[in-house]
Amino acid sequence: MFLINCPYCGERDQSEFVSGGEAHIARPKQPTELNDDQWAEYLFMRKNIKGIQFERWNHAHGCRKWFNVARDTSNDKIEKIYKMGEQPPKL
Amino acid sequence: MKNKYSIFSLIKNAFSNHENWQRAWRDPEPKKEYDAVIVGGGGHGLATAYYLAKKHNLTNIAVVEKGWIGGGNTGRNTTIIRSNYLWDASAGLYDHALKIWEGLSQELNYNVMFSQRGVMNLAHNLQDVRDLKRRTHANRLNGIDAVWLETNEVKKFCPIINTSQDIRYPVLGGTLQKRAGTARHDAVAWGYARGADEMGVDIIQNCEVKGIKRNGDSVEGLETTKGFIKTKKIGVVAAGHSSVIANMAGLKLPLESKPLQALVSEPVKPIIDTVVMSNSVHAYVSQSDKGELVIGAGTDSYVSYTQKGSFNIVEETLKAILELYPIFSRMKMLRQWGGIVDICPDASPIISKTSIKGLYFNCGWGTGGFKATPGSGDLFAHTIANDEPHKLNAAFNINRFVSGDLVDEHGAAAVAH
Ligand SMILES: [Zn+2]
Repeated sequence: MFLINCPYCGERDQSEFVSGGEAHIARPKQPTELNDDQWAEYLFMRKNIKGIQFERWNHAHGCRKWFNVARDTSNDKIEKIYKMGEQPPKL
Repeated sequence: MKNKYSIFSLIKNAFSNHENWQRAWRDPEPKKEYDAVIVGGGGHGLATAYYLAKKHNLTNIAVVEKGWIGGGNTGRNTTIIRSNYLWDASAGLYDHALKIWEGLSQELNYNVMFSQRGVMNLAHNLQDVRDLKRRTHANRLNGIDAVWLETNEVKKFCPIINTSQDIRYPVLGGTLQKRAGTARHDAVAWGYARGADEMGVDIIQNCEVKGIKRNGDSVEGLETTKGFIKTKKIGVVAAGHSSVIANMAGLKLPLESKPLQALVSEPVKPIIDTVVMSNSVHAYVSQSDKGELVIGAGTDSYVSYTQKGSFNIVEETLKAILELYPIFSRMKMLRQWGGIVDICPDASPIISKTSIKGLYFNCGWGTGGFKATPGSGDLFAHTIANDEPHKLNAAFNINRFVSGDLVDEHGAAAVAH
């Protein structure tokens, strides 16, 4: 249970947002050229980090915009919020 | 040799105010080397060690646990046991466990308080009705007891349920597995620990794994807070922390770790003598032998290792509980807690070898691992001892995420396991 500072709306309760999971997993540019291992890596394998993890969030009950969050999963503390398309911050 | 627990030992110890009971397991320091080391002293890990010693004669083994045994998800779940899963592979796996549960107290000489009080799953919309009826048929084809109950039969089986058709999510029927039920979760960990210890297994608590030493494609040992332990076989049963351990070996798993919450009420006289699960409204309730209502809620949507979880999740569950059981409207909740569950994309577990020789994983049980504890330990022990899966866990290998041969229990078992 924590607050998230939506870059478009400001600080709101986490329950207004939906987690989109790990960020920066790029969609394959040439899907037909992927082998099964590469598909498995893209579709299913996750870092699932205990510590600072980069993730996507959606303000589902608000502006409905997507953005990125750097969050420490061991204590739910948010370190940084940055927009889609931006590179992950160095923390 | 351990003293056998019996009515006579109970009477004998009563005369000395229960102060002279033999300790149930030793508290050893780790040896330099073991034939195999199990990482994680929860129910599944302890059961694995027990069956490795008992069925495969591997007694020079250890269980390392970063906290105390049974202090993780084993002591945090809502103790529901059932085997009414949709797919053949799952039915085989979970019913194998249920069959072991039926004789477990006798086998361990430890009362795990297994109570076959039945588990009822309610349907709240037409899709639920179709899914649950389909599951009932699938269960019966697999030899698993399951019956479909109409709304009036649900009411008869559990009279405190509000079966009015005017509520937001009316009860349209349900399924019942009579062999299903509950067990005392702590006792399961303690019983397996005592049994494994008696056969020579070292149970090492307060021993956290800090690294996995590899030599090329095979494992050499574990770096722990109690020093380096040499071993050629490592079985990881670390639940929510599976990805953390996998990362130490340079492996990635298809898991996400999320908080799952439960709560108990103040103790009251017997009011509900079965387990009722409502998947579509996220409300599960049973009553413990102490009289507390044991209530299970849903998972949070985000990855977290905090063992807490969000208030809105509990609020949703209690809303549903109140609508279904108006009689509980004045009940006070005493405790609420979270456990970290490792969830697979197909909501089925992984009991498998890995690409690293000597490294085995038993994980991905998600929200429903407790029920499988004895079967999981038995099959994981088989996999470690033979370096090959048993036929009952062959489908639950890690390569299914590459081959696409998933065991999708999301739809049928829904969120609740
Ligand atoms: Zn917003």
